[in-house]
Amino acid sequence: MAATGTAAAVNVNEQYNYDIVRKFTIMTLVWGAIGMFVGVYIASELAWPWLNFDNPYITFGRLRPVHTGAVIFGFGGSALFATSYYVVQRTSQARLFSDGLANFTFWGWQAAIVFAALGNVLGHSQGREYAEMEWPIDLLILFVWVAYLTVFVGTLMKRKQPHIYVANWFYLAFILATALLHVFNNLAVPIDLFSMKSYSLFSGVQDAMTQWWYGHNAVGFFLTAAFLGMMYYFVPKQAGRPVYSYRLSVIHFWAIIFLYMWAGSHHLHWTAIPDWTSTLAATFSIMLLLPSWGGMINGILTLSGAWDKLRTDPIMRFLIVALSFYGMSTFEGPMMSLKDVNALSHYTDWTVGHVHSGALGWVAMVSFGSLYHLVPRLWNTPMHSIKLINVHFWLATIGILLYITAMWISGIMQGLMWRAFDDFGNLQYSFVESVAAAHPFYIMRAVGGAFFLSGMLLMCYNVFKTIRKGSVGVEAVGIEGEGKLSPNAA
Amino acid sequence: MTELLLWFTNFENTKPLALLIFFTVFCGILFYVYGSKKRSKRLESYKNIPLEDDDIEVKGK
Repeated sequence: MAATGTAAAVNVNEQYNYDIVRKFTIMTLVWGAIGMFVGVYIASELAWPWLNFDNPYITFGRLRPVHTGAVIFGFGGSALFATSYYVVQRTSQARLFSDGLANFTFWGWQAAIVFAALGNVLGHSQGREYAEMEWPIDLLILFVWVAYLTVFVGTLMKRKQPHIYVANWFYLAFILATALLHVFNNLAVPIDLFSMKSYSLFSGVQDAMTQWWYGHNAVGFFLTAAFLGMMYYFVPKQAGRPVYSYRLSVIHFWAIIFLYMWAGSHHLHWTAIPDWTSTLAATFSIMLLLPSWGGMINGILTLSGAWDKLRTDPIMRFLIVALSFYGMSTFEGPMMSLKDVNALSHYTDWTVGHVHSGALGWVAMVSFGSLYHLVPRLWNTPMHSIKLINVHFWLATIGILLYITAMWISGIMQGLMWRAFDDFGNLQYSFVESVAAAHPFYIMRAVGGAFFLSGMLLMCYNVFKTIRKGSVGVEAVGIEGEGKLSPNAA
Repeated sequence: MTELLLWFTNFENTKPLALLIFFTVFCGILFYVYGSKKRSKRLESYKNIPLEDDDIEVKGK
Protein backbone atom coordinates (compact mmCIF):
# COMPACT_ATOMS: atom_id res chain seq x y z
CA MET A 1 0.00 0.00 0.00
CA ALA A 2 1.54 3.23 -1.13
CA ALA A 3 -0.37 5.66 1.04
CA THR A 4 1.23 6.43 4.37
CA GLY A 5 0.05 7.82 7.65
CA THR A 6 1.62 11.18 6.88
CA ALA A 7 -0.18 11.42 3.58
CA ALA A 8 -3.42 10.56 5.27
CA ALA A 9 -3.04 13.39 7.74
CA VAL A 10 -3.38 15.86 4.90
CA ASN A 11 -6.66 17.71 4.83
CA VAL A 12 -9.10 15.49 2.99
CA ASN A 13 -10.10 18.36 0.70
CA GLU A 14 -6.55 18.49 -0.59
CA GLN A 15 -6.16 14.73 -0.75
CA TYR A 16 -9.41 14.20 -2.64
CA ASN A 17 -11.73 16.38 -4.70
CA TYR A 18 -14.88 16.10 -2.61
CA ASP A 19 -16.28 19.38 -3.90
CA ILE A 20 -17.40 17.80 -7.17
CA VAL A 21 -18.90 14.85 -5.31
CA ARG A 22 -20.91 17.26 -3.14
CA LYS A 23 -22.22 19.14 -6.17
CA PHE A 24 -23.38 16.00 -7.93
CA THR A 25 -24.88 14.66 -4.69
CA ILE A 26 -27.03 17.77 -4.28
CA MET A 27 -28.15 17.64 -7.90
CA THR A 28 -29.03 13.96 -7.52
CA LEU A 29 -31.57 14.97 -4.90
CA VAL A 30 -32.83 17.96 -6.86
CA TRP A 31 -33.39 15.92 -10.03
CA GLY A 32 -34.83 13.06 -8.03
CA ALA A 33 -37.48 15.35 -6.54
CA ILE A 34 -38.26 17.04 -9.87
CA GLY A 35 -38.25 13.85 -11.95
CA MET A 36 -40.36 11.87 -9.50
CA PHE A 37 -42.82 14.75 -9.13
CA VAL A 38 -43.27 14.84 -12.92
CA GLY A 39 -43.67 11.04 -12.84
CA VAL A 40 -46.45 11.25 -10.26
CA TYR A 41 -48.08 14.05 -12.24
CA ILE A 42 -48.19 12.12 -15.52
CA ALA A 43 -49.37 9.00 -13.69
CA SER A 44 -52.17 11.17 -12.30
CA GLU A 45 -52.93 12.47 -15.81
CA LEU A 46 -53.55 8.90 -16.90
CA ALA A 47 -55.89 8.38 -13.95
CA TRP A 48 -57.57 11.80 -14.12
CA PRO A 49 -57.18 13.20 -17.67
CA TRP A 50 -58.55 16.64 -16.73
CA LEU A 51 -55.09 17.30 -15.25
CA ASN A 52 -53.96 18.02 -18.82
CA PHE A 53 -55.89 21.34 -18.52
CA ASP A 54 -56.01 21.41 -22.35
CA ASN A 55 -52.46 22.74 -22.18
CA PRO A 56 -50.15 21.16 -24.80
CA TYR A 57 -47.00 21.89 -22.77
CA ILE A 58 -48.01 19.61 -19.93
CA THR A 59 -49.59 16.72 -21.82
CA PHE A 60 -48.43 13.17 -21.14
CA GLY A 61 -46.58 12.96 -24.47
CA ARG A 62 -44.34 15.93 -23.65
CA LEU A 63 -43.91 15.37 -19.92
CA ARG A 64 -43.12 11.66 -20.18
CA PRO A 65 -39.61 12.23 -21.64
CA VAL A 66 -39.12 15.03 -19.09
CA HIS A 67 -39.81 12.42 -16.37
CA THR A 68 -37.55 9.73 -17.86
CA GLY A 69 -34.78 12.24 -18.63
CA ALA A 70 -34.88 13.78 -15.17
CA VAL A 71 -34.90 10.48 -13.27
CA ILE A 72 -32.52 8.47 -15.46
CA PHE A 73 -30.00 11.11 -16.44
CA GLY A 74 -30.65 13.76 -13.79
CA PHE A 75 -31.12 11.62 -10.70
CA GLY A 76 -29.38 8.39 -11.80
CA GLY A 77 -26.67 10.10 -13.84
CA SER A 78 -25.78 12.61 -11.12
CA ALA A 79 -25.71 9.79 -8.54
CA LEU A 80 -23.30 7.89 -10.78
CA PHE A 81 -21.05 10.90 -11.33
CA ALA A 82 -21.00 11.58 -7.57
CA THR A 83 -20.31 8.02 -6.48
CA SER A 84 -17.89 7.16 -9.29
CA TYR A 85 -15.78 10.25 -8.55
CA TYR A 86 -15.85 9.32 -4.85
CA VAL A 87 -15.13 5.62 -5.31
CA VAL A 88 -12.37 6.03 -7.88
CA GLN A 89 -10.56 8.48 -5.60
CA ARG A 90 -10.96 6.42 -2.44
CA THR A 91 -10.02 3.08 -3.97
CA SER A 92 -7.16 4.54 -6.02
CA GLN A 93 -6.00 6.77 -3.17
CA ALA A 94 -5.50 9.51 -5.67
CA ARG A 95 -7.12 12.89 -6.31
CA LEU A 96 -9.20 13.29 -9.47
CA PHE A 97 -7.12 13.71 -12.60
CA SER A 98 -8.41 17.21 -13.36
CA ASP A 99 -10.63 19.46 -11.22
CA GLY A 100 -11.38 21.67 -14.21
CA LEU A 101 -12.56 18.81 -16.42
CA ALA A 102 -14.58 17.37 -13.53
CA ASN A 103 -16.28 20.76 -13.13
CA PHE A 104 -16.97 20.81 -16.85
CA THR A 105 -18.71 17.44 -16.57
CA PHE A 106 -20.90 18.88 -13.79
CA TRP A 107 -22.04 22.02 -15.57
CA GLY A 108 -22.23 20.33 -18.98
CA TRP A 109 -24.33 17.45 -17.66
CA GLN A 110 -26.73 19.71 -15.78
CA ALA A 111 -27.09 21.95 -18.84
CA ALA A 112 -27.84 18.95 -21.06
CA ILE A 113 -30.64 17.78 -18.75
CA VAL A 114 -32.17 21.26 -18.47
CA PHE A 115 -32.03 21.79 -22.26
CA ALA A 116 -33.48 18.33 -22.90
CA ALA A 117 -36.37 18.94 -20.51
CA LEU A 118 -37.12 22.40 -21.97
CA GLY A 119 -36.89 20.98 -25.49
CA ASN A 120 -39.35 18.20 -24.66
CA VAL A 121 -41.86 20.60 -23.12
CA LEU A 122 -41.61 22.84 -26.20
CA GLY A 123 -42.24 19.84 -28.45
CA HIS A 124 -38.71 19.04 -29.67
CA SER A 125 -38.03 15.30 -29.72
CA GLN A 126 -36.26 12.96 -32.08
CA GLY A 127 -38.70 10.25 -31.02
CA ARG A 128 -36.14 7.76 -29.73
CA GLU A 129 -36.93 6.36 -26.30
CA TYR A 130 -34.53 7.57 -23.57
CA ALA A 131 -32.74 9.55 -26.31
CA GLU A 132 -35.33 12.18 -27.14
CA MET A 133 -32.73 14.97 -27.08
CA GLU A 134 -32.16 16.64 -30.44
CA TRP A 135 -28.72 16.67 -32.07
CA PRO A 136 -27.18 19.84 -30.50
CA ILE A 137 -27.81 18.39 -27.02
CA ASP A 138 -26.43 15.04 -28.17
CA LEU A 139 -23.19 16.81 -29.12
CA LEU A 140 -23.01 18.51 -25.72
CA ILE A 141 -23.47 15.13 -24.02
CA LEU A 142 -20.70 13.69 -26.18
CA PHE A 143 -18.21 16.37 -25.06
CA VAL A 144 -19.20 15.88 -21.42
CA TRP A 145 -18.80 12.13 -21.76
CA VAL A 146 -15.32 12.35 -23.28
CA ALA A 147 -14.33 14.64 -20.40
CA TYR A 148 -15.81 12.12 -17.92
CA LEU A 149 -13.84 9.27 -19.47
CA THR A 150 -10.67 11.38 -19.36
CA VAL A 151 -11.13 12.24 -15.69
CA PHE A 152 -11.95 8.66 -14.73
CA VAL A 153 -9.17 6.96 -16.68
CA GLY A 154 -6.70 9.72 -15.75
CA THR A 155 -7.45 9.13 -12.06
CA LEU A 156 -7.02 5.38 -12.45
CA MET A 157 -3.67 5.96 -14.17
CA LYS A 158 -2.30 7.99 -11.26
CA ARG A 159 -3.57 5.58 -8.60
CA LYS A 160 -1.39 4.64 -5.64
CA GLN A 161 -3.21 1.36 -5.12
CA PRO A 162 -1.69 -1.26 -7.50
CA HIS A 163 -4.97 -3.12 -8.12
CA ILE A 164 -8.01 -1.49 -9.70
CA TYR A 165 -10.92 -2.40 -7.41
CA VAL A 166 -13.82 -4.17 -9.18
CA ALA A 167 -16.30 -1.32 -8.60
CA ASN A 168 -14.17 0.78 -10.94
CA TRP A 169 -14.38 -1.92 -13.63
CA PHE A 170 -18.16 -1.61 -13.59
CA TYR A 171 -18.01 2.19 -13.69
CA LEU A 172 -15.52 2.14 -16.55
CA ALA A 173 -17.59 -0.37 -18.55
CA PHE A 174 -20.59 1.91 -18.05
CA ILE A 175 -18.69 4.95 -19.32
CA LEU A 176 -17.31 3.13 -22.38
CA ALA A 177 -20.55 1.38 -23.30
CA THR A 178 -22.62 4.55 -22.87
CA ALA A 179 -20.25 6.41 -25.22
CA LEU A 180 -20.67 3.69 -27.83
CA LEU A 181 -24.45 3.55 -27.45
CA HIS A 182 -24.90 7.31 -27.47
CA VAL A 183 -22.83 7.84 -30.61
CA PHE A 184 -24.35 5.08 -32.75
CA ASN A 185 -27.95 5.58 -31.63
CA ASN A 186 -27.76 9.29 -32.42
CA LEU A 187 -26.15 9.13 -35.85
CA ALA A 188 -28.38 11.59 -37.68
CA VAL A 189 -28.31 14.24 -40.36
CA PRO A 190 -29.65 17.67 -39.34
CA ILE A 191 -31.93 19.21 -41.95
CA ASP A 192 -30.21 22.55 -41.40
CA LEU A 193 -27.34 23.85 -39.29
CA PHE A 194 -29.72 26.12 -37.38
CA SER A 195 -32.55 23.63 -37.07
CA MET A 196 -33.13 21.30 -34.14
CA LYS A 197 -34.63 18.71 -36.48
CA SER A 198 -32.60 15.82 -37.85
CA TYR A 199 -33.18 12.49 -39.52
CA SER A 200 -31.72 9.20 -38.37
CA LEU A 201 -29.03 7.59 -40.48
CA PHE A 202 -30.91 4.31 -40.22
CA SER A 203 -34.36 3.53 -41.50
CA GLY A 204 -37.11 1.01 -41.00
CA VAL A 205 -36.32 -2.10 -39.03
CA GLN A 206 -32.61 -1.26 -38.78
CA ASP A 207 -33.57 1.98 -37.07
CA ALA A 208 -35.83 0.13 -34.64
CA MET A 209 -33.08 -2.38 -33.87
CA THR A 210 -30.50 0.38 -33.33
CA GLN A 211 -32.95 2.15 -31.04
CA TRP A 212 -33.50 -0.95 -28.91
CA TRP A 213 -29.88 -1.96 -28.95
CA TYR A 214 -29.39 1.46 -27.35
CA GLY A 215 -32.47 1.28 -25.14
CA HIS A 216 -31.75 -2.12 -23.67
CA ASN A 217 -28.07 -1.45 -23.13
CA ALA A 218 -28.85 1.89 -21.55
CA VAL A 219 -30.67 -0.27 -19.00
CA GLY A 220 -27.82 -2.79 -18.99
CA PHE A 221 -24.88 -0.46 -18.63
CA PHE A 222 -26.27 2.83 -17.32
CA LEU A 223 -28.88 1.45 -14.93
CA THR A 224 -27.32 -1.91 -14.08
CA ALA A 225 -23.53 -2.15 -14.51
CA ALA A 226 -22.87 1.32 -13.14
CA PHE A 227 -25.11 0.81 -10.12
CA LEU A 228 -23.42 -2.55 -9.52
CA GLY A 229 -20.21 -0.54 -9.25
CA MET A 230 -21.97 1.51 -6.58
CA MET A 231 -23.10 -1.70 -4.87
CA TYR A 232 -19.62 -3.26 -4.83
CA TYR A 233 -18.25 -0.27 -2.91
CA PHE A 234 -21.08 0.90 -0.67
CA VAL A 235 -22.47 -2.47 0.49
CA PRO A 236 -19.10 -3.61 1.91
CA LYS A 237 -18.47 -0.14 3.36
CA GLN A 238 -21.81 0.09 5.11
CA ALA A 239 -21.63 -3.53 6.27
CA GLY A 240 -18.06 -2.98 7.48
CA ARG A 241 -16.97 -6.25 5.90
CA PRO A 242 -15.52 -7.15 2.50
CA VAL A 243 -17.62 -8.39 -0.38
CA TYR A 244 -18.51 -12.10 -0.09
CA SER A 245 -16.35 -13.29 -3.01
CA TYR A 246 -14.02 -11.17 -5.09
CA ARG A 247 -13.61 -13.95 -7.64
CA LEU A 248 -17.37 -14.12 -8.11
CA SER A 249 -17.38 -10.36 -8.71
CA VAL A 250 -14.83 -10.84 -11.51
CA ILE A 251 -16.94 -13.54 -13.16
CA HIS A 252 -20.06 -11.42 -12.58
CA PHE A 253 -18.40 -8.52 -14.39
CA TRP A 254 -17.23 -10.40 -17.48
CA ALA A 255 -20.44 -12.40 -17.86
CA ILE A 256 -22.60 -9.29 -17.68
CA ILE A 257 -20.39 -7.38 -20.11
CA PHE A 258 -20.41 -10.26 -22.57
CA LEU A 259 -24.11 -11.07 -22.43
CA TYR A 260 -25.95 -7.75 -22.19
CA MET A 261 -25.13 -6.39 -25.65
CA TRP A 262 -27.00 -9.22 -27.41
CA ALA A 263 -30.35 -8.98 -25.68
CA GLY A 264 -31.84 -5.72 -27.03
CA SER A 265 -33.97 -7.20 -29.79
CA HIS A 266 -36.28 -8.84 -27.25
CA HIS A 267 -37.98 -5.42 -27.14
CA LEU A 268 -39.09 -6.06 -30.73
CA HIS A 269 -40.54 -9.57 -30.52
CA TRP A 270 -43.39 -10.23 -32.97
CA THR A 271 -42.45 -7.31 -35.21
CA ALA A 272 -40.77 -7.16 -38.64
CA ILE A 273 -37.29 -8.04 -37.32
CA PRO A 274 -35.67 -11.28 -38.54
CA ASP A 275 -36.80 -14.24 -36.45
CA TRP A 276 -33.25 -15.29 -35.58
CA THR A 277 -32.55 -11.94 -33.89
CA SER A 278 -35.61 -12.47 -31.70
CA THR A 279 -34.45 -15.97 -30.74
CA LEU A 280 -30.88 -14.80 -30.16
CA ALA A 281 -32.06 -11.95 -27.91
CA ALA A 282 -34.34 -14.26 -25.90
CA THR A 283 -31.53 -16.82 -25.48
CA PHE A 284 -29.06 -14.25 -24.22
CA SER A 285 -31.70 -12.74 -21.95
CA ILE A 286 -32.21 -16.11 -20.29
CA MET A 287 -28.45 -16.57 -19.92
CA LEU A 288 -28.26 -13.13 -18.26
CA LEU A 289 -30.13 -14.56 -15.28
CA LEU A 290 -26.99 -16.39 -14.15
CA PRO A 291 -24.58 -13.47 -13.75
CA SER A 292 -27.36 -11.22 -12.48
CA TRP A 293 -28.22 -13.61 -9.67
CA GLY A 294 -24.54 -14.34 -9.08
CA GLY A 295 -24.02 -10.63 -8.45
CA MET A 296 -27.09 -10.36 -6.26
CA ILE A 297 -26.01 -13.33 -4.16
CA ASN A 298 -22.52 -11.89 -3.88
CA GLY A 299 -23.94 -8.61 -2.59
CA ILE A 300 -26.44 -10.12 -0.17
CA LEU A 301 -23.99 -12.68 1.26
CA THR A 302 -21.64 -9.82 2.08
CA LEU A 303 -23.89 -9.43 5.08
CA SER A 304 -23.32 -13.06 6.05
CA GLY A 305 -22.71 -13.18 9.80
CA ALA A 306 -24.03 -9.67 10.31
CA TRP A 307 -27.69 -10.04 9.46
CA ASP A 308 -28.62 -8.14 12.60
CA LYS A 309 -27.61 -4.97 10.76
CA LEU A 310 -30.83 -5.28 8.80
CA ARG A 311 -32.73 -4.67 12.02
CA THR A 312 -30.59 -1.82 13.26
CA ASP A 313 -29.32 0.00 10.20
CA PRO A 314 -31.86 1.55 7.78
CA ILE A 315 -29.10 2.35 5.28
CA MET A 316 -28.17 -1.32 5.11
CA ARG A 317 -31.84 -2.10 4.65
CA PHE A 318 -31.99 0.21 1.62
CA LEU A 319 -28.98 -1.55 0.08
CA ILE A 320 -30.12 -5.11 0.71
CA VAL A 321 -33.71 -4.47 -0.41
CA ALA A 322 -32.23 -2.87 -3.56
CA LEU A 323 -30.36 -6.10 -4.21
CA SER A 324 -33.53 -8.11 -3.65
CA PHE A 325 -35.38 -6.00 -6.21
CA TYR A 326 -32.40 -6.40 -8.54
CA GLY A 327 -32.78 -10.16 -8.23
CA MET A 328 -36.52 -9.99 -8.75
CA SER A 329 -36.46 -7.74 -11.82
CA THR A 330 -33.58 -9.71 -13.38
CA PHE A 331 -35.75 -12.80 -13.06
CA GLU A 332 -38.81 -11.04 -14.44
CA GLY A 333 -36.89 -9.54 -17.41
CA PRO A 334 -35.65 -12.85 -18.88
CA MET A 335 -39.08 -14.36 -18.31
CA MET A 336 -40.72 -11.52 -20.24
CA SER A 337 -38.16 -11.92 -23.03
CA LEU A 338 -39.51 -15.39 -23.83
CA LYS A 339 -41.54 -15.00 -27.00
CA ASP A 340 -44.65 -16.69 -25.64
CA VAL A 341 -44.68 -14.64 -22.43
CA ASN A 342 -43.91 -11.52 -24.45
CA ALA A 343 -46.92 -12.16 -26.67
CA LEU A 344 -49.00 -11.53 -23.57
CA SER A 345 -46.93 -8.80 -21.91
CA HIS A 346 -45.85 -6.64 -24.86
CA TYR A 347 -47.50 -3.19 -25.12
CA THR A 348 -49.16 -3.70 -21.72
CA ASP A 349 -48.60 -2.09 -18.32
CA TRP A 350 -46.69 -5.17 -17.21
CA THR A 351 -43.66 -3.72 -19.03
CA VAL A 352 -44.12 -0.42 -17.21
CA GLY A 353 -44.28 -2.29 -13.89
CA HIS A 354 -41.16 -4.29 -14.74
CA VAL A 355 -39.19 -1.15 -15.59
CA HIS A 356 -40.22 0.49 -12.34
CA SER A 357 -39.40 -2.52 -10.17
CA GLY A 358 -35.88 -2.15 -11.56
CA ALA A 359 -35.78 1.65 -11.57
CA LEU A 360 -37.37 2.27 -8.17
CA GLY A 361 -36.50 -0.99 -6.43
CA TRP A 362 -32.94 -1.35 -7.62
CA VAL A 363 -31.59 1.94 -9.01
CA ALA A 364 -33.27 4.39 -6.65
CA MET A 365 -32.96 2.24 -3.50
CA VAL A 366 -29.25 1.52 -4.00
CA SER A 367 -28.70 5.23 -4.71
CA PHE A 368 -30.56 6.25 -1.54
CA GLY A 369 -28.52 3.82 0.54
CA SER A 370 -25.26 4.97 -0.99
CA LEU A 371 -26.08 8.66 -0.59
CA TYR A 372 -27.10 8.21 3.05
CA HIS A 373 -23.70 6.61 3.55
CA LEU A 374 -21.96 9.37 1.62
CA VAL A 375 -23.59 12.58 2.88
CA PRO A 376 -22.26 12.38 6.48
CA ARG A 377 -18.77 11.76 5.11
CA LEU A 378 -18.93 14.66 2.68
CA TRP A 379 -20.20 17.18 5.21
CA ASN A 380 -18.48 15.76 8.31
CA THR A 381 -21.56 15.35 10.42
CA PRO A 382 -24.06 12.57 11.17
CA MET A 383 -27.37 12.56 9.34
CA HIS A 384 -29.89 14.97 10.83
CA SER A 385 -32.35 12.16 11.58
CA ILE A 386 -31.99 8.38 11.42
CA LYS A 387 -35.71 8.13 12.11
CA LEU A 388 -36.48 9.97 8.88
CA ILE A 389 -34.23 7.55 6.95
CA ASN A 390 -36.33 4.75 8.38
CA VAL A 391 -39.58 6.49 7.42
CA HIS A 392 -38.15 7.09 3.94
CA PHE A 393 -37.36 3.40 3.61
CA TRP A 394 -40.91 2.34 4.39
CA LEU A 395 -42.52 5.02 2.22
CA ALA A 396 -40.32 3.93 -0.69
CA THR A 397 -40.95 0.22 -0.16
CA ILE A 398 -44.73 0.60 0.16
CA GLY A 399 -44.72 2.91 -2.88
CA ILE A 400 -42.87 0.39 -5.05
CA LEU A 401 -45.10 -2.47 -3.99
CA LEU A 402 -48.27 -0.50 -4.76
CA TYR A 403 -46.83 0.56 -8.11
CA ILE A 404 -45.67 -2.80 -9.40
CA THR A 405 -48.66 -4.73 -8.08
CA ALA A 406 -51.00 -2.32 -9.86
CA MET A 407 -49.09 -2.66 -13.09
CA TRP A 408 -48.89 -6.45 -12.89
CA ILE A 409 -52.66 -6.75 -12.50
CA SER A 410 -53.40 -4.09 -15.09
CA GLY A 411 -50.84 -5.44 -17.59
CA ILE A 412 -51.84 -9.10 -17.44
CA MET A 413 -55.49 -8.09 -17.59
CA GLN A 414 -54.84 -5.95 -20.70
CA GLY A 415 -52.92 -8.78 -22.36
CA LEU A 416 -55.73 -11.24 -21.68
CA MET A 417 -58.46 -8.84 -22.81
CA TRP A 418 -56.69 -7.98 -26.07
CA ARG A 419 -56.36 -11.63 -27.05
CA ALA A 420 -59.84 -12.79 -25.97
CA PHE A 421 -62.20 -13.99 -28.72
CA ASP A 422 -65.93 -14.66 -28.55
CA ASP A 423 -67.71 -17.74 -29.93
CA PHE A 424 -67.88 -16.18 -33.40
CA GLY A 425 -64.13 -15.50 -33.60
CA ASN A 426 -64.46 -11.74 -33.04
CA LEU A 427 -62.44 -9.81 -30.47
CA GLN A 428 -64.35 -10.00 -27.23
CA TYR A 429 -63.36 -6.56 -25.94
CA SER A 430 -62.84 -3.20 -27.61
CA PHE A 431 -59.63 -1.34 -26.75
CA VAL A 432 -61.48 1.28 -24.78
CA GLU A 433 -62.99 -1.41 -22.55
CA SER A 434 -59.46 -2.47 -21.60
CA VAL A 435 -58.63 1.17 -20.80
CA ALA A 436 -61.70 1.47 -18.57
CA ALA A 437 -60.80 -1.80 -16.82
CA ALA A 438 -57.28 -0.50 -16.12
CA HIS A 439 -58.50 2.75 -14.55
CA PRO A 440 -58.54 1.62 -10.87
CA PHE A 441 -54.98 0.39 -11.25
CA TYR A 442 -53.87 3.74 -12.70
CA ILE A 443 -55.15 5.38 -9.53
CA MET A 444 -53.31 2.78 -7.44
CA ARG A 445 -50.12 3.45 -9.44
CA ALA A 446 -50.40 7.21 -8.88
CA VAL A 447 -50.84 6.61 -5.12
CA GLY A 448 -47.78 4.31 -5.10
CA GLY A 449 -45.77 6.97 -6.92
CA ALA A 450 -46.92 9.60 -4.42
CA PHE A 451 -45.62 7.40 -1.57
CA PHE A 452 -42.26 7.09 -3.30
CA LEU A 453 -42.10 10.83 -4.03
CA SER A 454 -42.90 11.73 -0.42
CA GLY A 455 -39.98 9.54 0.68
CA MET A 456 -37.74 11.36 -1.77
CA LEU A 457 -38.86 14.76 -0.43
CA LEU A 458 -38.22 13.55 3.11
CA MET A 459 -34.68 12.63 2.08
CA CYS A 460 -34.16 16.10 0.57
CA TYR A 461 -35.26 17.66 3.87
CA ASN A 462 -33.06 15.31 5.92
CA VAL A 463 -30.01 15.98 3.76
CA PHE A 464 -30.69 19.73 3.71
CA LYS A 465 -30.75 19.82 7.52
CA THR A 466 -27.60 17.69 7.63
CA ILE A 467 -25.74 19.99 5.25
CA ARG A 468 -26.85 23.03 7.26
CA LYS A 469 -25.08 21.75 10.36
CA GLY A 470 -22.16 20.17 8.55
CA SER A 471 -18.94 21.66 7.29
CA VAL A 472 -16.68 21.03 4.35
CA GLY A 473 -13.48 22.70 5.50
CA VAL A 474 -12.18 20.24 8.07
CA GLU A 475 -10.72 16.79 7.95
CA ALA A 476 -13.27 14.09 7.33
CA VAL A 477 -11.14 11.32 8.77
CA GLY A 478 -13.02 11.14 12.07
CA ILE A 479 -16.22 9.97 10.42
CA GLU A 480 -15.17 6.44 9.68
CA GLY A 481 -12.21 6.22 11.96
CA GLU A 482 -13.93 6.82 15.25
CA GLY A 483 -17.37 5.60 14.40
CA LYS A 484 -19.09 7.95 16.83
CA LEU A 485 -20.01 10.34 14.05
CA SER A 486 -21.32 7.61 11.81
CA PRO A 487 -25.05 7.51 11.23
CA ASN A 488 -25.29 4.06 12.79
CA ALA A 489 -24.05 5.32 16.07
CA ALA A 490 -25.84 8.65 16.03
CA MET B 1 -7.69 -14.49 -49.92
CA THR B 2 -10.90 -13.08 -51.39
CA GLU B 3 -12.62 -16.36 -50.65
CA LEU B 4 -11.59 -16.15 -47.01
CA LEU B 5 -12.89 -12.60 -46.75
CA LEU B 6 -16.14 -13.65 -48.39
CA TRP B 7 -16.42 -16.47 -45.85
CA PHE B 8 -16.53 -13.81 -43.13
CA THR B 9 -19.37 -11.96 -44.87
CA ASN B 10 -21.68 -14.89 -44.33
CA PHE B 11 -23.60 -14.68 -41.04
CA GLU B 12 -23.99 -18.45 -40.99
CA ASN B 13 -20.19 -18.64 -40.58
CA THR B 14 -19.49 -15.68 -38.35
CA LYS B 15 -22.24 -16.33 -35.80
CA PRO B 16 -20.88 -19.72 -34.65
CA LEU B 17 -17.33 -18.36 -34.94
CA ALA B 18 -18.17 -15.41 -32.66
CA LEU B 19 -19.87 -17.80 -30.24
CA LEU B 20 -16.80 -20.02 -30.21
CA ILE B 21 -14.41 -17.11 -29.60
CA PHE B 22 -16.47 -15.56 -26.81
CA PHE B 23 -17.16 -18.89 -25.14
CA THR B 24 -13.44 -19.82 -25.22
CA VAL B 25 -12.47 -16.44 -23.79
CA PHE B 26 -15.06 -16.81 -21.04
CA CYS B 27 -13.79 -20.31 -20.21
CA GLY B 28 -10.29 -18.81 -20.12
CA ILE B 29 -11.46 -16.18 -17.61
CA LEU B 30 -13.11 -18.89 -15.48
CA PHE B 31 -9.90 -20.92 -15.51
CA TYR B 32 -7.84 -17.82 -14.69
CA VAL B 33 -10.06 -16.90 -11.73
CA TYR B 34 -10.53 -20.36 -10.20
CA GLY B 35 -7.61 -22.35 -11.67
CA SER B 36 -4.90 -21.66 -9.11
CA LYS B 37 -5.02 -21.55 -5.31
CA LYS B 38 -2.28 -18.94 -5.14
CA ARG B 39 -4.00 -16.67 -7.64
CA SER B 40 -7.35 -17.17 -5.88
CA LYS B 41 -5.79 -16.04 -2.63
CA ARG B 42 -4.34 -12.95 -4.29
CA LEU B 43 -7.64 -12.09 -5.99
CA GLU B 44 -9.58 -12.50 -2.75
CA SER B 45 -7.16 -10.18 -0.96
CA TYR B 46 -8.35 -7.32 -3.21
CA LYS B 47 -11.78 -7.37 -1.65
CA ASN B 48 -10.41 -5.48 1.33
CA ILE B 49 -9.50 -2.41 -0.72
CA PRO B 50 -12.61 -0.38 0.17
CA LEU B 51 -12.06 -1.09 3.86
CA GLU B 52 -8.34 -0.40 3.83
CA ASP B 53 -8.77 3.28 3.01
CA ASP B 54 -10.35 3.72 6.45
CA ASP B 55 -7.43 2.05 8.22
CA ILE B 56 -4.98 4.36 6.55
CA GLU B 57 -6.85 7.43 7.63
CA VAL B 58 -7.29 6.19 11.17
CA LYS B 59 -3.56 5.56 11.37
CA GLY B 60 -3.00 9.06 10.06
CA LYS B 61 -4.98 10.67 12.83
